[in-house]
Amino acid sequence: MSERTAATTDADASSQSDDEPTQTEVTSGATAVVRALENAGVETAFGVQGGAIMPIYDALYHSDIRHVTMAHEQGAAHAADAYGVVRGDPGVCLATSGPGATNLVTGIADANMDSDAMLALTGQVPSDMVGSDAFQETDTTGVTAPITKHNYFASSPDTVGDTVGEAFALAAEGRPGPTLVDLPKDTSLGETDREPGDARPPETCRPRTDPDDAQVEAAARAIEQAENPLLLFGGGVVKGNATDVARNFATEHQIPVVTTMPGIGAMPEDDELCLSWAGMHGTGYANMAITHTDCLIAIGTRFDDRLTGGIDTFAPEAEVVHVDIDPAEISKNIHADYPVVGDAGTAIERIGAEMEHSPDAREWREQCLVWKDEYPMDYAAPEDEPLKPQFVVEALDEATPDETIVTSGVGQHQMWAAQYWTFREPRRWVSSHGLGTMGYGLPAAIGARLAADDDETVVCVDGDASFLMTIQELSVAVREDLDITIAILNNEYIGMVRQWQDAFFEGRRMAAGYEWCPQFDKLAEAFGARGWTVDSYDEVADAIEEALAYDGPSVIDFHVDPAENVYPMVSSGAPNGKFALSEDQL
Amino acid sequence: MSDKQKGLQGPAPDERPHPAGRRNSQGIRIDPEVESEPERRRTVLSAIVEDEPGVLSRIAGLAARRQFNIESLTVGPTTVDGHSRITMVVEEPDPGIDQIEKQIAKLKPVISIGELDDDAVRAELVLLKVRGEDPDKVHAITKMYDGTTLDAGPETITVQLTGDERKIDDAVDAFRRFGIIEIARTGQTALAHGAKKTVPGEEPGTSGEPTKPTTNTQ
Ligand SMILES: Cc1ncc(C[n+]2csc(CCOP(=O)(O)OP(=O)(O)O)c2C)c(N)n1
Repeated sequence: MSERTAATTDADASSQSDDEPTQTEVTSGATAVVRALENAGVETAFGVQGGAIMPIYDALYHSDIRHVTMAHEQGAAHAADAYGVVRGDPGVCLATSGPGATNLVTGIADANMDSDAMLALTGQVPSDMVGSDAFQETDTTGVTAPITKHNYFASSPDTVGDTVGEAFALAAEGRPGPTLVDLPKDTSLGETDREPGDARPPETCRPRTDPDDAQVEAAARAIEQAENPLLLFGGGVVKGNATDVARNFATEHQIPVVTTMPGIGAMPEDDELCLSWAGMHGTGYANMAITHTDCLIAIGTRFDDRLTGGIDTFAPEAEVVHVDIDPAEISKNIHADYPVVGDAGTAIERIGAEMEHSPDAREWREQCLVWKDEYPMDYAAPEDEPLKPQFVVEALDEATPDETIVTSGVGQHQMWAAQYWTFREPRRWVSSHGLGTMGYGLPAAIGARLAADDDETVVCVDGDASFLMTIQELSVAVREDLDITIAILNNEYIGMVRQWQDAFFEGRRMAAGYEWCPQFDKLAEAFGARGWTVDSYDEVADAIEEALAYDGPSVIDFHVDPAENVYPMVSSGAPNGKFALSEDQL
Repeated sequence: MSDKQKGLQGPAPDERPHPAGRRNSQGIRIDPEVESEPERRRTVLSAIVEDEPGVLSRIAGLAARRQFNIESLTVGPTTVDGHSRITMVVEEPDPGIDQIEKQIAKLKPVISIGELDDDAVRAELVLLKVRGEDPDKVHAITKMYDGTTLDAGPETITVQLTGDERKIDDAVDAFRRFGIIEIARTGQTALAHGAKKTVPGEEPGTSGEPTKPTTNTQ
């Protein structure tokens, strides 16, 4: 890093005297790639060096783009993904051919499932060796075709700059998602002086953003007439930057709101109209509202099975208005009686303008409040039992500013974080939803930290097993001096699996124990971070305070109750309204 | 920190009101008294695609991983340089056909895709190799179905047949009596009837104008 900074400074010094831009000339495919990234406004990229990607790194040497070397390419992909979620622009990651590229795969698949805009650049063996099983060759476009919006094999130095620009723009266009450009070494090294043009998505992938009049009208009429209307805000509301419009619509028409997990923060969770998130571990009141609504206005959601439970009993009384920018999501899982294809914000605004009156839903709103009272999100924390994980989450929420960014691993801790943290703003809850990738939390925190403003707080709520999956990225957090607080809810189990084994496999806890996990506080110190271990209630607040005050990566290993389970719970494929509040209701 | 009994509070699952409504496997709301599962139907989809490497494998891969039932897939160039037409025969219930169309439309190289009407012109090419013991009889059947003999020898005769699916099936049946040794079928290809456009946004072929990308509204 310091070497590179010195070099950049030298270049700056010499060029500044001539008052020339710091950008170097396009001389090769690799420099064209970097120019395309600069043109697209890329400021930060995450990756790992290697043979086939070396020309691109060499070109980055002279660029102002900040490159963060990650410990593992999976970390690079998750960091880029989270960076993009927080910033709202595609994150960029780089890897070499073969193992570098395959290590990115989990992160690309994760971004794909969550519709996160991301650009992956992978090195490839020279074109004339492709197909020969050359050293470090993998058919990267073949491997990633099912998990990208589109991928490109860049075959010419003259066009590679435009290809990278197109891939970047395509990642963000319409429904966001990951794109990939595979860069054979001869393309990167090949000569060209072609300046890439502006980053533009391909002609064939221009989504319809302004919805059709007839669809808007029909949706508006359906909502006006509803007695029990319910808004469902999905990740599309957040990714489509439609939060303000969506909130205004809910407030103006006084329609209760549930969100999906990726939609967390689309509505302030402390707003009276907000019933928090629905689905497998969503709140009882959100699931009751979904079960009883007669008009579900779903915006930017793909009706994942963790949300719907059994399709046959999902919102069984509801006419469904479905707003989505991706026509393929309409009626894919849940039939849309009133489809509206378009950009979320534009569509909601158009529907709102078309509505002549609000639905008459006073009784329904009262009913929703009754459910909130009937099924409160709470937990028991008797003094004679070990520390409860929910308590830790609440304590963290309390000790941090309102707009703290929270990342997570996958498992029980993820659910507790989503349940017991009160989110008020979008792009603050950064988690792996669709793919459910353990190990997402730490690299995501690194990406989020680099995307966030300096005065924002970043907390990673992790599980012991999830943390171990990408723990090596702690070295990156230390090297880059990133102010991140990692709170491990350590139950010495792969807890979510243990919960399912107890509930559905008669308690046979095969391969669920994690009692051999290391002393995370010591490990943190070994990496050069700060570490604490906490196993009682009275240590919680102090440890959190110290960790937050420490300006750098800190790890608090909370030893929590290994027996604690996540409730409410809708069993796979069961009706949402049948959520269990405890084990004996499963 | 609350100190109370374990678990969350509230009425147990069976004490809660549950609506009687129901959806079928396609997520469509149905009368709970009536079992209603959509019927499968067979149809032809036509797509104009940019002729770039891997386009066919992208479409085939999409079909495989989404479990779409594609019966045949043919591809060939069009009058426009760099564009190809892909013709697919699929069998699915209506919502499935819709979904195939929309998912394929999302692929970057796909310019436009549409479902053909029933009156579309369809044809398939088949090569049939039968035993050569009865050349005269084979020849008679070949003539009957407007086929052509491509290769004839003492042991085998290979004929070529073209036509719609019904004719081809009948012909294959008729040849069975000679003992079919090998068969190669191309799968159907098709164009819309008369002056109708085969895919939305398609320009008349002779103009050499590229097909315009279409935006799907639903
Ligand atoms: C990469 C990966 N492997 C396996 C799983 C399956 N899985 C889901 S939750 C879970 C347990 C996670 O354990 P931990 O991170 O300790 O969190 P806890 O549930 O204990 O809070 C496992 C193994 C997964 N989601 N991701």
